[in-house]
Amino acid sequence: MNTLKAKLPPISQLGPFIALVIACVIFGLTTDNFFTGANFALILQQVMVVGVIAIGQTLVILTAGIDLSCGMVMALGSIVMTKFAVDMGLPAPLAILCGIGVTAGFGLINGLLVTRIRLPSFIVTLGTMNIAFAITQLYSEAQTVSNLPPFMTALGGTFDIGSTPVSYGTLLMVLLYLAAWFWLRETASGRHVYAVGNSPEATRLVGIATDRVLLWVYVLAGVFYGIASLLLVARTEVGDPNAGQTENLDAITAVVLGGTSLFGGRGMILGSLVGAIVVGVLRNGLTLMGVSSVYQVLITGILVIIAVTVDQLSRKGAR
Amino acid sequence: MRASQKLVMQAKGLVKRYGQVTALDGADFELRAGEILAVIGDNGAGKSSLIKALSGATIPDEGEIFLDGQKVAFRTPIDARHAGIECCYQDLAVAPAMTIAENLFLGREVRREGFLGQALRMLDKKKMLQTAMERMADLKVGIRSMTQAVETLSGGQRQCVAVARAAAFAQHVVILDEPTAALGVKEGNMVLELIRRVRDKGLPVILISHNMPHVFEIADRIHIARLGKRAAVVNPKRISMSDTVAVMTGALDPATLPADSLA
Repeated sequence: MNTLKAKLPPISQLGPFIALVIACVIFGLTTDNFFTGANFALILQQVMVVGVIAIGQTLVILTAGIDLSCGMVMALGSIVMTKFAVDMGLPAPLAILCGIGVTAGFGLINGLLVTRIRLPSFIVTLGTMNIAFAITQLYSEAQTVSNLPPFMTALGGTFDIGSTPVSYGTLLMVLLYLAAWFWLRETASGRHVYAVGNSPEATRLVGIATDRVLLWVYVLAGVFYGIASLLLVARTEVGDPNAGQTENLDAITAVVLGGTSLFGGRGMILGSLVGAIVVGVLRNGLTLMGVSSVYQVLITGILVIIAVTVDQLSRKGAR
Repeated sequence: MRASQKLVMQAKGLVKRYGQVTALDGADFELRAGEILAVIGDNGAGKSSLIKALSGATIPDEGEIFLDGQKVAFRTPIDARHAGIECCYQDLAVAPAMTIAENLFLGREVRREGFLGQALRMLDKKKMLQTAMERMADLKVGIRSMTQAVETLSGGQRQCVAVARAAAFAQHVVILDEPTAALGVKEGNMVLELIRRVRDKGLPVILISHNMPHVFEIADRIHIARLGKRAAVVNPKRISMSDTVAVMTGALDPATLPADSLA
């Protein structure tokens, strides 16, 4: 019995693919231009921001934490890098680094509060989410930043594969996923991320500095949010103080849909990419069908709950 | 013959205080080569503080610890591990979702040679799997696949993995904390068998247990901790279980025991 079960991938890891196929079939049948190269390129371009945030979020969730601040920190990062470049006249590469530094700094704060004071990540990031949002509004005076230097929006440029335009940002996202996949799968520090989420006590007892692993996960997540800031800026060509609101939950949805367990220690980073694409396909397809954005939010909410339920049930089955 | 037996580990006059509480009050300890030494004692007798001091998990306030006659001062469990002392803690200290091979090498992973290992820090999974299979075969742990997740194993098999991990990497001493707690009869016997094989390989074993039948079945000597001291070390073949428990609880003065029941 056990052996058969061990050979089959758990349903939580097949879930995102099933969801993706179902969504594609429905949208393919109900809309005219869903199955076009241009539309898929558009979906991927829309997915890249959420996709890169989801890498950071996956790392945090693998350690059995959650980062509610991801979208807001990303928005702050994009405001910092655009304002530093436009208002302060910093060279674009330096401004970008400053933006990523701020998001990594937020990751560091999250990580320190979680590891030093032992606060639950849920509460810590709920706090930093609001702090990041407030700083974004105050610093930008709720104004959109425009007239960005071209260097900052370069990742929004495209190249052609066949006749389909693919943006450099999409390519960067895929490369980041492959790098994260390699790290988590093939290196000791990557395996320790899983071990910390799976059994912190056992991991500590074998002599791994679990707090250091956790701290680095939060900082690294912040770096990914910073890269997502840059992708957002590149795609929209402005610094938008009201960004990050849908991305926050979309990223968590992508990770959970992708089969990473909220209980930590189980999951696949590439699942999060599929999860992000599912979220993107849903938003795109529903838009093509003319469904209002409120219903899109409703459907995402329902999806998260279904995905978490599957996770919970499959865990019970494993016991 | 007994006097000539080499001491692998020795402690003299260990004292450990936690505020008002004195957990260790001048405890002595001796572990001989190739033996299974059971450590028993009531709650608060100081047995876990003793083990923590021996494994580097706490630093004693006073007293000395010797390993192979050399004085040692462990500041962390990692120090003890570097000295060849491996611990297996209570409560199945393994990561359930990870494979057996990964659990064996958790915290001491082997990297590939050359560029992949140096620059990319890539793990040598093949080598770790190979070594895991060898070590487990060495200890005759009958688990077929090292790539299955630990959670697919029974409780006894899991505990065997935890014990085997300690035994596979220990150079000097294996410390097992309640390895048969929470296991059924059959599963418990499986772990006891494994502990015997560890000793027969030549590694001395310190076994902390509450389970008197298991202790009497497997131990060569029994260290009885009481009130932060060593009350006596007895020979399970020459003393009854009830007398042992009486010494442990203080109902019997160890000075009144016949000399041949001491070890």
